[in-house]
Amino acid sequence: MSPASKQDIVHQLQRDILRLQGSRPSASGKIDLGLGPVLEAFPGNSFPTGAIHELISHRPENAAATSGFTAGLISGLMRSGGACVWVSCTRRIYPPGLKAFGIEPDHIVFMDMRNEKEVLWATEEALKCDGLSAVVGEIRELSMIASRRYQLAVEQSRVTGLIVRNQPRNVLPTAAVARWQVTHLPSIVEDGMPGPGAPRWNIELTRIRNGVPGSWQTEWRAGRFCFETPPAQVFLEGLQRKTG
Amino acid sequence: MSGRFLSLWFRHLTTDFTIIRRPALRNKPFVLAAPDHGRMVITSVSPAAGVEGVSVGLPVADARVLIPGLEVLDDPAGLDGKLLRMLALWCIRYTPVVGIDLPDGLVMDISGCAHLWGGEKAYLTQILHTLRGKGYDVRGAVADTVGAAWAVARYGRTKALVEPDGHSDALLSLPPAALRIDPLVTSRLHRLGLDRIHRIAGMPRQSLRTRFGNELLLRLDQAFGRVEELIEPVVPTEVYIERLPCLEPICTATGIGIALTRLLETLCQRLQQEGKGLRTALFKGYRVDGRIVEASIGTHRASHHVAHLLRLFEEKMSSLEPDLGIEVFTLEAPKVEDVAPLQPAMWNGATGLQDNGLVELVDRITNKTGTRTIHRYLPAQHYWPERAMAATTSLDEIAVEAWSMARPRPIHILARPEVIEVTAPIPDYPPMLFIHKGQRHSITRAEGPERIEQEWWLSNGEHRDYYSVEDDQGVRFWIFRSGHYAGLKSYQWFLHGYFA
Repeated sequence: MSPASKQDIVHQLQRDILRLQGSRPSASGKIDLGLGPVLEAFPGNSFPTGAIHELISHRPENAAATSGFTAGLISGLMRSGGACVWVSCTRRIYPPGLKAFGIEPDHIVFMDMRNEKEVLWATEEALKCDGLSAVVGEIRELSMIASRRYQLAVEQSRVTGLIVRNQPRNVLPTAAVARWQVTHLPSIVEDGMPGPGAPRWNIELTRIRNGVPGSWQTEWRAGRFCFETPPAQVFLEGLQRKTG
Repeated sequence: MSGRFLSLWFRHLTTDFTIIRRPALRNKPFVLAAPDHGRMVITSVSPAAGVEGVSVGLPVADARVLIPGLEVLDDPAGLDGKLLRMLALWCIRYTPVVGIDLPDGLVMDISGCAHLWGGEKAYLTQILHTLRGKGYDVRGAVADTVGAAWAVARYGRTKALVEPDGHSDALLSLPPAALRIDPLVTSRLHRLGLDRIHRIAGMPRQSLRTRFGNELLLRLDQAFGRVEELIEPVVPTEVYIERLPCLEPICTATGIGIALTRLLETLCQRLQQEGKGLRTALFKGYRVDGRIVEASIGTHRASHHVAHLLRLFEEKMSSLEPDLGIEVFTLEAPKVEDVAPLQPAMWNGATGLQDNGLVELVDRITNKTGTRTIHRYLPAQHYWPERAMAATTSLDEIAVEAWSMARPRPIHILARPEVIEVTAPIPDYPPMLFIHKGQRHSITRAEGPERIEQEWWLSNGEHRDYYSVEDDQGVRFWIFRSGHYAGLKSYQWFLHGYFA
């Protein structure tokens, strides 16, 4: 047997295992979220749609960065035309602010529940609904059982679920396919222009099923993720400019 | 004519009701009286008082002469109407078309209903038996026309059940008062010796009209079925309502579920044929003990999708207490709208907010938690950040104007701006550092100010000067100073939001 065919067999087996584990390539072709180098971390080099992603922010100041990254993801997912449901009981999202991430804020249905228990239920109901592009659930504590239920729901409906966890008390293993952590980075501005630049984050993929965890720095610029670092001469001393 | 009608006559409606309320009065002579021209006039007489010769229309003072210990009770205005309405609603379990026949009767269209109780005889016996069990002295008759049923119920001597097409024979031997005509006309007929209907029925119409007026002819025609008579039902018939009587009282959740499924299937089939869908539905169970238990649902878009509606009801089923059992179920759709005809295969065709799956999801959520849960935001033409969007609960409303992208807006906003302490080098310059909740943030980058004026036509207050700032950690804030710089006031800076 030639080494090439052996390689093929191994690839084929890997694909079979992936399929048996419930990860199916998305039916409507590949969705390009503009994640560039991050794609190499995923199995099959494609963002796992129709799966559960956890986004954890351990400190309150990272919540906005996490929301920003979430918005960037759903703006890509919503490009296929589906609506998005955002379930929360402590919502801070300012809908007009989503426009900067290429989302029409009126295409998002916000569900403001009374407590975390209702959020868990509503998120599951939403994940079962196959007409949606994405479901965001702001759930602080996600148990193994809940995440497994979600994973089973999305395997049927092919909806991408993003579970945003703000300051969870303990981060235990869950059935989610990926776990992200997003933190703020100081923005980089060319030529000493005044004011804050484009949002800049450190994205850490701490867990990814069948993939390679990693960490990347990205900016949200001109309506897409931007991974290449702009030319240096940054961090000039005395960047503290004022405008008036 | 093919209809069948049942007329019920409550001989002592208000006094029976009084006895039910106060059983101690059962065998005592008492009357109900109402003021009329400054004196109390008897409006109804209990059976015991009737035996003594007291009659309706007699002043109370005269009646006291006949029966010294007569008890006189007030007759609240409109009591008979209210009682009849209550009884009519109760009778909905026997037929959907029940009309009130003032002052002392009910009339029901029972076409196609009696066989459910095993024939008209059993049907009538059941109704009369149940009503008598409640304490009402009631007579009833079934005939082909409303007039004939009315006449036989009140004046019939022999049998209460007039067989189909037998109403003419049954009517002929009755007195003219059975025709529901003015008592003056009745007395005139009697004076002329016309004491039976068969004597009038053969007379030329022209002479009857000139002597007794149009009413007599109309009533004759109605009684004999030559003119159709309409019942005004207490529950309008256009309502989409389905009913399901049960042989045995149902007291299990499974049984209720089966009843609901059956009702939904028939109702939805009807709605589908007429190209309609329901927006609200009311499921009622009439319990053995006379109570009514109910559950209601609402949908965001007219729907006749059985599986979906069933799922909405599932959340509410636990609130239905069957107690000793439910004998009749009804399902009503008070609010019905037209739906665009959809092929079942195309059910999942639309995408985005029009997607049926999303609509059904929203229905499920709101049925459990109420409508205040669902929010969508549309752009509003206001610069003031709190008013820059208009909340709506509907999925169909579309944005008429575009979202503004002129100025950066934060992704997180605080429900209420929080006070911060700042250090600013020069008035009107962005601060160098600020303290929020005891935490110090030193600012490395800042942009602003963006002045947003109060909309004076909406509210009073200071304008705001907004700055977007970034601290040394890279966290970005949206802060503002309220009003003009005033060195004396140190609490006029606020944190309002976070940028991504």
